[in-house]
Amino acid sequence: MGDNTLVLGQRLSEWCGHGPAPEEDIALANIALDLIGQTRLWLDLAGNREGLGRDSDMLAYHRNPWDFKNLLLVEQPNRDFGVTMMRQFLFDTWHLETLRILSHHTDKDVRGIAQKSSKEVTYHRARSTNIVIALGDGTEKSQLRMQSALNRLYPYVGEMFMTDKDDLIDMAALRPRFDAHLSATLNKATLTKPESEFYHKGGKTGTQHSEHLSHILATMQSLPRSYPEAKW
Amino acid sequence: MNNEWPLYEVFIRGKHGLSHRHVGSVHATDSQHAIQNARDVYTRRNEGVSIWVIPSMQIVASCPSDKDALFEPSEDKIYRHPSFFQIPDDVEAM
Amino acid sequence: MYAQMIKSEETYEDPKKLMAFQARIDDGDRIEPKDWMPKGYRKTLIRQIGQHAHSEIVGQLPEGNWITRAPSLERKAILLAKVQDEAGHGLYLYCAAETLGVSRDELTEMLLNGQMKYSSIFSYPALTWADMGVIGWLIDGAAILNQVPLQRTSYGPYARAMVRICKEESFHQRQGFDIMIKMVNGTAEQKHMAQDALNRLWYPSLMMFGPPDAESVHSEQSMRWKIKINSNDELRQKFVNQTVPQAEYLGLSIPDINLNWNERKQSYDFSQPDWSEFFDVLEGNGPASVDRIEARQAAWEDGAWVREARIAHAEKKNMAILAAE
Repeated sequence: MGDNTLVLGQRLSEWCGHGPAPEEDIALANIALDLIGQTRLWLDLAGNREGLGRDSDMLAYHRNPWDFKNLLLVEQPNRDFGVTMMRQFLFDTWHLETLRILSHHTDKDVRGIAQKSSKEVTYHRARSTNIVIALGDGTEKSQLRMQSALNRLYPYVGEMFMTDKDDLIDMAALRPRFDAHLSATLNKATLTKPESEFYHKGGKTGTQHSEHLSHILATMQSLPRSYPEAKW
Repeated sequence: MNNEWPLYEVFIRGKHGLSHRHVGSVHATDSQHAIQNARDVYTRRNEGVSIWVIPSMQIVASCPSDKDALFEPSEDKIYRHPSFFQIPDDVEAM
Repeated sequence: MYAQMIKSEETYEDPKKLMAFQARIDDGDRIEPKDWMPKGYRKTLIRQIGQHAHSEIVGQLPEGNWITRAPSLERKAILLAKVQDEAGHGLYLYCAAETLGVSRDELTEMLLNGQMKYSSIFSYPALTWADMGVIGWLIDGAAILNQVPLQRTSYGPYARAMVRICKEESFHQRQGFDIMIKMVNGTAEQKHMAQDALNRLWYPSLMMFGPPDAESVHSEQSMRWKIKINSNDELRQKFVNQTVPQAEYLGLSIPDINLNWNERKQSYDFSQPDWSEFFDVLEGNGPASVDRIEARQAAWEDGAWVREARIAHAEKKNMAILAAE
């Protein structure tokens, strides 16, 4: 959970100062801030359970690409605003369903983070859903862009519903609610779900990330890795 | 073609139950977008519990040249203010 | 400052109206959007508030360039929140300018085609993490000195925007100084970065206040109209006086061999920046000027389809509602 929010928060923060309007710039930064906040909670908890004295900063800045367990979807580049918002919409829809279940988890700490996060993510999903609808059902040009964004990113959806030994919940069970929100939104957005259900995998297991992740980490980790003695 | 998003005025009610207060404006394409933009722009520091937005075009304002006629008549009605009345010191809080 | 070299427009209008207008300002009255105002007042304000807004928006870029490289999650969140505030401040100021009858899109186009300027300071590059410290400490510090008095400026919407901005900005300078404290107490490399950033940004910070009063031909009318409150030299002196002890506290040396405490005037003597460099920067020849405008140009052009599509969608929704009725 923490790696997903970290990598996506990092991606979104690339937009700061470059958005299509000040209002959208500010809104994207709010989402990035929420995700970075969630990252600290999840990774501090992970470090705490690991028991080796690592905190969220150690886990964010001093792990290697193969240690990261984020979904391939979140490491995909921003490209244009359409791809960024489609990626956000797909992630938010999955994220909200996941947090909804984790909010009832038997572990008190997991439950606490999930409950706090799901309030934030409810808003994220509402906003990204509106944008996907507006841009899909906007102009001819925007409809084309959004359809191509969906085609580009749909092959990263399947991985979100794979369950492996590290998962706390049955991910496949989230799919029906995800699909329901997806179809309702695409319908309003006049977009068509790609026919192929093929999907890439290897992100959440860390076995085969895309080439993008190591670039993200090289940038993000540059200061702590270059000056390991320094405190900032 | 002018594609500028219209302006909305934003009013926010803070936590303490006071009236909604004008805080500024945002550009947005419709009322729902305006509410979201107002939330993102004007409540970044936990400022509010309720938001109103209204298209700026729809605000009806009094005319500056009517200022004297509208507001001066109330200037001499000082008895409407509590400080007009002297309360003896030995009467407790009133 | 964020608004430098604002040329005030002369006004040829009914002398009676002008006198009554000036009397309102002298009385400390606030001018509101629908009130009568001289054409020159309106034009000067549009230029000043617009330049101020552009500076906030362009000012996102040097720091924005470090968000992805912030050295801890907390620093990342703080920096992101700060740069986001700058977008917010730009937005508040554009809204204030819009009450004067100019649109945000028009103002943006004037920035991109070079008709309007932004503050010279943001044409300098941000090269190391210490620049994040110095930007907060010196540049926001300088901005605050200018903005606090502007809360009392004569134009209501501008003054109200400044109140909001000052309230939000109080954490910006502190977070910068906090970064500097960490840097000067850190490794040799961190100390080097801190001194290097101060060396590079000291004179550009002094330039923020604009040219010396003797050469500042446009100030007088603006000061009468209370859209400029203090003179350039006055604020620059105040800035040097407050900054020198802070630099001493940090153990950093200000790159000026003429910097000396002057007992008689109870103030520091200091060297003027190279004013020819300042005019070069304003002409678009700052080290990062081209990058800055290109970045804004790209954001504007790449965002056009988004702005158009959202409007088109809203129109479709409206049509559907009308049809249903």
